[in-house]
Amino acid sequence: MREILSVLESDARATPDRIAALTGIAEDEVRAQIAAWEAEGVIRRYKTVIDRDRLGEDRVTAFVDVTVAPERGRGFDDVAERIAKFREIRAVHLVSGAQDLRVEVEGASMKEVADFVAQKLSGVERVTATSTHFLLRRYKDDGQLLTEPEPDQRLSVMP
Amino acid sequence: MKPQKPFSRVVEACPPSGIRKFFDLAQTMKGVITLGVGEPDFPTPWGVRESAIHALSRGATTYTGNSGLLELRELICAELAARHGTTYRPEDECLVTSGVSEGLDLTLRALLNPGDEVIVPEPSYVAYQPCVAFAGGVPVPVAADPAQGYRIDAERIAQAVTPRTKAVLFGSPSNPTGAAQSAADLTALAALAQREDFWLISDEIYDRLTYTGTHTSTAAVDGAWDRTVVLNGFSKSYAMTGWRVGYVCAPEPLAALMHRIHQYTMLCAPHVSQVAAIEALKSADADVTEMVADYDRRRRLFVKGLDELGLTCPEPGGAFYAFPSIRASGLSSQDFAEQLLNEQKVAVVPGDVFGPSGEGHVRCSYATALPLLEEALERVGRFLASRT
Repeated sequence: MREILSVLESDARATPDRIAALTGIAEDEVRAQIAAWEAEGVIRRYKTVIDRDRLGEDRVTAFVDVTVAPERGRGFDDVAERIAKFREIRAVHLVSGAQDLRVEVEGASMKEVADFVAQKLSGVERVTATSTHFLLRRYKDDGQLLTEPEPDQRLSVMP
Repeated sequence: MKPQKPFSRVVEACPPSGIRKFFDLAQTMKGVITLGVGEPDFPTPWGVRESAIHALSRGATTYTGNSGLLELRELICAELAARHGTTYRPEDECLVTSGVSEGLDLTLRALLNPGDEVIVPEPSYVAYQPCVAFAGGVPVPVAADPAQGYRIDAERIAQAVTPRTKAVLFGSPSNPTGAAQSAADLTALAALAQREDFWLISDEIYDRLTYTGTHTSTAAVDGAWDRTVVLNGFSKSYAMTGWRVGYVCAPEPLAALMHRIHQYTMLCAPHVSQVAAIEALKSADADVTEMVADYDRRRRLFVKGLDELGLTCPEPGGAFYAFPSIRASGLSSQDFAEQLLNEQKVAVVPGDVFGPSGEGHVRCSYATALPLLEEALERVGRFLASRT
């Protein structure tokens, strides 16, 4: 059954009959399993990986390391959830190391991101420090290489 | 005066590979979808390539010992023990070769005396019979039955055994049929080998690429180890065809003779490739698992697609080939392959190059990206439709 997820992970548009052909699992079972996973929240949503550089779209991303004073009894959860609810925030992870949260911020311009960090993020209660790293270039995203694929150098007929 | 004395009669008598003519034709065309390639469409896992680049920068540019790096042989023997339950001593029962191709040549030259017969179940990999002949032996093809999934039937083999029979040479899983031999059939074959006193030369290069069950190594079945040569390598499982690195495992007396030929001919397998092979065994297992899962998906989709077009084949249990019957088209396999290439630009390999019993079939490799496989199926469908 996990095979179904492997197929969907690389092609979210794969239809149940195609998944059935690729995995050998009956189409009805594929449909039922996907529905069950959707209901349970195992499958959260279906997404598209977009190479925005190729699209020519200017969008600014920054990774911000956030230091937090944890709250007694709730640890980091409360702060993390409050940060996660901002529209500008793309991802929030609790990490080991010198800082506590690593968050991803996206905006239309560097100024927009900077304003968000300076005025909103750093002002969240219990946030004691931020360290911002602007993303310069993506080479791989979500397991997908964004660089030029290697050419197929195989000869066309070989024993 | 030009040289008058004849070239080697053995070599001159060997016809050039039937694939060659086809290859020349396919090379000149644009927009061809090729199902004719006997190698993975994945590049070597990056971790393996990276380790080789690093090794080169640190000077892994020399010969190694004839047998190959000891660390590599130790890893190979540990891998075989863990995967197949077979035991070989890294010191004198395992030899690193320049691919299975060299291992096969060494085996045959160390084993055969002039006129010795080697039974080769057909359809067979294109190199088996020529290599037997080059080593002074006589290949004895025995056709396998497609209706029985190309299983090697010891009773059929027994009918071809003579006092001169020195070995049976086969690949499992097979190129071109994808057939993986069962433990029961291999056990029956091993019993026959004991009774009639011959060797088993077992090409297991596709051992990791099995889909319908687990691979049985010939050396692991009852009574086989003492008279079995296991050929394997990194080309297919780890997508390392161009590195030319493989290995041969055999009982010591025979391994020693192979070593003797190897030390005077190849000297050693490429040093940097051996380093890469070490890295492959140490760290590329997850890469292999991922590639195998991908081949398996393509296999299901492709074999089903062929079946729907009326090109039926027994379910291939391993490797990355389907070997469907094309008799429904009414064409010979050479005509089918040539016309399909010219009209629809899909390259497949005509089955008769793998022996006369391959006539009426074509070999299709599904080591091809999924969208291309689907496009190829559509083109084959158009080709067949234009014939009816």
